[in-house]
Amino acid sequence: MNSLANRILALAVVLCAAFSAPAPAAVYNPQTETLANGMQIVVVTNKRAPIVTHMVWYKVGAADEPKGKSGIAHFLEHLMFKATPTMKSGEFSATVARNGGRDNAFTTSDYTAYFQTIAKDRLELVMRMEADRMTNILFSDEQIEPERQVVLEERNMRTDNSPDARLNEEINAAFYRNHPYGIPVIGWRHEIEGLTRDDLESFYARWYHPNNAILVVAGDVTMAEVKPLAEKYYGKIPAVTLPPRFRPSEPPHIANIRVSLADERVRQPVWRRSFLAPSSAWGDASQIYALEVGSEILGGASTSRLHRALVVEQGKMVSAGAYYDSDAYGPTTFTLVAQPQRGVSLDETEKLVEAEISKLLANGVTDDEVARAKKRMQASAVYARDSAGRGARALGAALATGRTVDDVESWPDRIGAVTTEQVTNALRAVLGSDSSLTATLAEKGKS
Amino acid sequence: MRRLVLTIVLLCAFGLPAHAIDIQTVKSKAGITAWLVEDHTNPIVTLSFAWRGGAALDPVGKEGLANLVASSLDEGAGDFDSQAYQGKVEDLAMRIQFRAGLENFSGGFSALSETLDDSLELLRLAITKPRFDDAAVNRMRLQIASGIRRASERPGSIASDALMALLFPNHPYRRNVDGTLQSVPVIKIVDMRQFMIDRLARDNLVVAAVGDITPDDLARRLDTVFGALPAKARSWDLPKVTPAATDRVVVIERAVPQSVIRWGQGGLLRDDPDFFAAYIMNHILGGAGFESRLVNEVREKRGLAYSTSSSLATMDQAGVILGGADTRNDAAGKSLEVVRTEWRRMRDNGVTQNELDDAKTYITGSYALQFSSSSGIASVLMGIQLENLGIDYIERREKLIAAVTRDDVNRVAKSMLTPDLLTVVVVGKPDGIAPKP
Repeated sequence: MNSLANRILALAVVLCAAFSAPAPAAVYNPQTETLANGMQIVVVTNKRAPIVTHMVWYKVGAADEPKGKSGIAHFLEHLMFKATPTMKSGEFSATVARNGGRDNAFTTSDYTAYFQTIAKDRLELVMRMEADRMTNILFSDEQIEPERQVVLEERNMRTDNSPDARLNEEINAAFYRNHPYGIPVIGWRHEIEGLTRDDLESFYARWYHPNNAILVVAGDVTMAEVKPLAEKYYGKIPAVTLPPRFRPSEPPHIANIRVSLADERVRQPVWRRSFLAPSSAWGDASQIYALEVGSEILGGASTSRLHRALVVEQGKMVSAGAYYDSDAYGPTTFTLVAQPQRGVSLDETEKLVEAEISKLLANGVTDDEVARAKKRMQASAVYARDSAGRGARALGAALATGRTVDDVESWPDRIGAVTTEQVTNALRAVLGSDSSLTATLAEKGKS
Repeated sequence: MRRLVLTIVLLCAFGLPAHAIDIQTVKSKAGITAWLVEDHTNPIVTLSFAWRGGAALDPVGKEGLANLVASSLDEGAGDFDSQAYQGKVEDLAMRIQFRAGLENFSGGFSALSETLDDSLELLRLAITKPRFDDAAVNRMRLQIASGIRRASERPGSIASDALMALLFPNHPYRRNVDGTLQSVPVIKIVDMRQFMIDRLARDNLVVAAVGDITPDDLARRLDTVFGALPAKARSWDLPKVTPAATDRVVVIERAVPQSVIRWGQGGLLRDDPDFFAAYIMNHILGGAGFESRLVNEVREKRGLAYSTSSSLATMDQAGVILGGADTRNDAAGKSLEVVRTEWRRMRDNGVTQNELDDAKTYITGSYALQFSSSSGIASVLMGIQLENLGIDYIERREKLIAAVTRDDVNRVAKSMLTPDLLTVVVVGKPDGIAPKP
């Protein structure tokens, strides 16, 4: 199973990290163009196999939903596989399969993307169908109602059946005081149940247009082949005036918040702490590369600080790490996470992690740590280039969250330019905050 | 994500590609053979390798041995203790990992060309001179135990483990490769050392290489890395087994809103002449994609599940067909009823010519999609070797699939599918499903 794809919905934030962490640069060497109607085109050539991945990214996600209507972006994603005047419901995927291809889609807080991977000589076929459903989806109750049940089952599977996922949902809801990242991508159950045909159709009419979309094609293909096809199918769809992508902004966090969930099914307790952090699109963006390096030093590898101290040397934790994802269209988090060994309480876990953080903030990081982390991170760029799909995802996600191709391509250089002092300062600015959210997942009846 | 393809453990035998890729056979002086796809586009070398014989051979009471070894090999080797070894791996920006399967013990390796020598040296140390220091192994034991506990929180893991135990009541195929909370703590370091001597040899090794390396260079390095391994693995005897044919329905109560339903019954072996007929039959019934009958009937028409599928699993000594659907508790009985109906309809009426044609184009066409990365190519080549399918398999596969007739598929459906003898496990609080001991 594609576990990465799976995590996309459940953990939108982590998902972006997975895409962008090794979302290296001067690596994919993409070609770019823009159609007259404003649709961006990115082509990543990789001739390893005679196949292409064709993706269309819409710059709209769960955080763009009207208040009280959570789940629209994702529900709509499901309906995009239903009928248009020229395609029967299900015919899209059936056609892809009959041509030896695979297709799917995913939704996050910031974007919604549709993709097919198929033999290169079928590119025109999938492009024609993708262009068709950009504006021609038919909304009918007989399509919507069974699909609503499917979405609710998806919610059951991803969230309601899992104590960990339920806690994550509560963490996000508590963490974001005002920004819509607090709502789950799949939607709250009661709101999914209440979404109307009109809600879905209006959202589609509002956001699904060529000037709100990015075409990314990766594989055994060049811009010279892609552009004429894109003009033929996407180019004829008129641009519209888009509504502003308005996101209520996040105020400074003042208080400490604790979220705890005890469940009788839990067998491995978890402790985590999240801090509000800048992203490429929010807050002090000059810190994001330093924070990425800092996150690598603190928790990105087997010799990183938290793992070495808490897992290897003290033997108190099963695992310990840090996560930071700068790839968001709004605020983001820097998160510390630890899973205690049997016999170590969550209180003790907290004290042990805090002790490591205090040490870090007091003494800063070392030149050697920074040099090693940077080298490792830059090397990941070479690996990222190996798979065609990787570049398509990294570039699509970047453009959909307000970054540029150059941001992605220059990533190794920007990591290379980070100094020890910048890392220490950035970590102090974020982890030194008086406000954070601490979450625990515990066995019921224990602490 | 709109669709989720259910994963069920075990090796899913998958079909193979339409476009030829250039595979070279490389033989070292010491007689180690590897398949190579040379590609100098990117300065990376990727290896996939495996030794036949996996967790199914773990001694009784020490289940999880192969997995503990897999977890510990990169936790210190030669003169480097765990942190020193990991530090070197990180500084070289190389990737190394080991994995225990039921039938084999495999490894993956990638390194940058410029540091290939040093990276391969770390690989050599891991497989020939692992330290198995007490502290490191103990840490691995505790991590594995934690993973077992986490899996025991998940309805899907509970159901899959229970189903395999019902299908293989007296055979190691019932096992989870992780072992158990009882067995993992009692595996000794001496057991792990014996495992290295018994299992990691040259005569049960297969190697696939992809990337920035020439055949001569690879031949030389094969001996450097693998040459010091014992010539022969200890022989083993894993008995053939027929999965239990029962009509049992086991309900494991958990306070969750959605019932996780898993079922299975006997299938066939990978070398069965009807393998592709069965593969196509399963594809139409519940295979990958939106087009399967299960997806259509359970999900699209009735909204009873987000994910539902079936799959063929072929182990060395047994074959099974497995399936799953996740449905809210109050409709779980309905969901299982639809599944049984589809099982019966496939057995009684078989497939249509259209279904057969569509399945063939998908199965042949989609094969190439796995070849989009070095690790994808390497793992396919490793799999072909493990299954003894031959170096021409990628080209042969298309003909094998084309040759399957509707009669073949229908005949296999009739003999394999017995809707009254499905072994079923449900985790949740299902309505309309009565346990049947």
